[in-house]
Amino acid sequence: MTDFDPVELKRIRWHSRRGLLELDLVLERFLAQRFDSLSPAEMSAYKALLELPDNDFLDVVNAKMDLDDPEVMQIVEILRAI
Amino acid sequence: MGVPVRRFDAVIVGGGGAGLRAALQLSESGLKTAVLSKVFPTRSHTVAAQGGISASLGNVQEDRWEWHMFDTVKGSDWLGDQDAIEFMCRKAPEAVIELEHFGMPFDRLENGKIYQRPFGGHTQHNGQTPVQRACAAADRTGHAMLHTLYQRNVRANTQFFVEWMALDLIRDADGDVVGVTALEMETGEVFILHAKAVLFATGGAGRIYAASTNAFINTGDGLGMCVRAGIPLEDMEFWQFHPTGVAGAGVLITEGVRGEGGILLNSNGERFMERYAPNLKDLAPRDFVSRSMELEVLEGRGCGPNKDHVLLKLDHLGPDIIKQRLPGIREIAIKFAGVDPIKEPIPVIPTCHYMMGGIPTNYRGEVVTPKDGNHESRVNGFFAAGECACASVHGANRLGTNSLLDLVVFGKSAGDSMVEYIKNEMPTWKDLPADAADRSLARIARLDNQKNGEEVTDVRTAMQRTVQSRAGVFRNSANLALGVTEIKEVAERAKVMQIKDKSKVFNTARVEALEMENLIEIAVATMISAEARQESRGAHAHDDFPTRNDEVWMKHTLYYGENRSLTYKPVHTKPLSVDYIPPKERTF
Repeated sequence: MTDFDPVELKRIRWHSRRGLLELDLVLERFLAQRFDSLSPAEMSAYKALLELPDNDFLDVVNAKMDLDDPEVMQIVEILRAI
Repeated sequence: MGVPVRRFDAVIVGGGGAGLRAALQLSESGLKTAVLSKVFPTRSHTVAAQGGISASLGNVQEDRWEWHMFDTVKGSDWLGDQDAIEFMCRKAPEAVIELEHFGMPFDRLENGKIYQRPFGGHTQHNGQTPVQRACAAADRTGHAMLHTLYQRNVRANTQFFVEWMALDLIRDADGDVVGVTALEMETGEVFILHAKAVLFATGGAGRIYAASTNAFINTGDGLGMCVRAGIPLEDMEFWQFHPTGVAGAGVLITEGVRGEGGILLNSNGERFMERYAPNLKDLAPRDFVSRSMELEVLEGRGCGPNKDHVLLKLDHLGPDIIKQRLPGIREIAIKFAGVDPIKEPIPVIPTCHYMMGGIPTNYRGEVVTPKDGNHESRVNGFFAAGECACASVHGANRLGTNSLLDLVVFGKSAGDSMVEYIKNEMPTWKDLPADAADRSLARIARLDNQKNGEEVTDVRTAMQRTVQSRAGVFRNSANLALGVTEIKEVAERAKVMQIKDKSKVFNTARVEALEMENLIEIAVATMISAEARQESRGAHAHDDFPTRNDEVWMKHTLYYGENRSLTYKPVHTKPLSVDYIPPKERTF
């Protein structure tokens, strides 16, 4: 995770606070179980996911919708399974 | 102390529907307006509102605002202020059409008009027949509203302070509000935002309950700031619940599950609803099912290691019915309860959804408190709107789809009042008191210096368990009295909360501790207000006082944090233009 300084990581954690409880719960688990071991590429992919509007994000997590980027979809698969 | 000061005509705390609607009024009148938000505005909890927004447009069936008003008054169990309710229901059609003109993508009829769907409690002819009154943008009404209002604010040059947390209200020697202190998360610096007028639109505080549908951001920051600044909180005993949230998570399981034949079981495997409601059983009304569930838990027949929930059994329906008729339920159960309902029952518990009480306001969005014999004296420079405010339109129980309506109608009304106040009464800024930032700086210093204290998560868990078990859907005198004692003990623990991370920049542990300081004030207010109200009305169902008592209790509670005392003020029985709707028994 050399590409991300500690402040940036804290910021990404805060951006995991969402307007929907379902996302808060899924992302809380993700932060506790997987966040610290993400590679820089995976962290960038997660960061990209956080840019989604909440309702789209939840649809993606609930497998109602897929995204084009295969690297982002790898993170999505983790979120779907967590 | 050298705390930096920034100056605006108006400061709005909260970037959800109410805050954004108010900001628009201010920015569009050319006033320099700042909106503070802990998260990016379009990630506010308003996005979670799916049901719709009610307005008597009459696009599908004949409808009148007077009928909407009747439904709202009845829903409130006659605790709502009828002037504010009339104001909201009359303004509703205009508010919805305005949103449409702003570009909000409402569902439409073939003739191009806004489609309206049916919703519980919406009727024609004062309770006679159901009416289609709810306007929606698919199942994303709140999301669509928020994005529409945000774009509009960007166009109007509203200044956004994203990832800023307001800490305390600044009042001068006259008691007037002259600004807020706020923490910029990015730097960890505290600022003073000096303003001619301040609006709180900080949303609800459902996180005081262990079981809540509210997102993690809903920590009632505005209410905590009010308590610390000597402003009372109104009707805090009234919280709306849904019977079947996933235990330990809060995610809702739709009532359709019981409609399809799902049944509730206690730890003995007994279908206990047969005992409470021999005819309707698991399909009894929402509040009745909730109370029966909680009674089972209180009497020791709860399930799980903490015996704190009951079970919703579906497996007897068979996998085909579960998959075909209840789409999404299996996924929710697997994801949030860790069980596959085809094989195992889902742990469920009555779950807090909405806060009816809040910061006392009138229908103009002005914050009002008792002073010199006047029940509702204006606090100069201070306004509130949305779930954090108590206008009071929801009274003891909110009617579905009135929450989004509340945001836009009272957001706009408060915005208009602020424009008027700033232009007519505030040619310039009042001076800041010398100690403007002292309280906030002391709070942060205490957190930084606390040793051998309590962990924030432990105190939060203790608070949530107490409020859930003592001020949930089943209430009685003994339990409420215990709750008051217990929550005061938790409040003592909250005074010595500590954080390990003392860094300044993006210290989210500090933010969570500061949020917890707000939540505990609201939890104490809720317990004390609930313990005192000796009747059953709307969402406050008291087992020792099972009926509504209008003679004694048709009045609003006001809780003061300073000495944890209560006073009361009358319900407004005079609508603006129509006749008073006198109380009746609330039957459906």
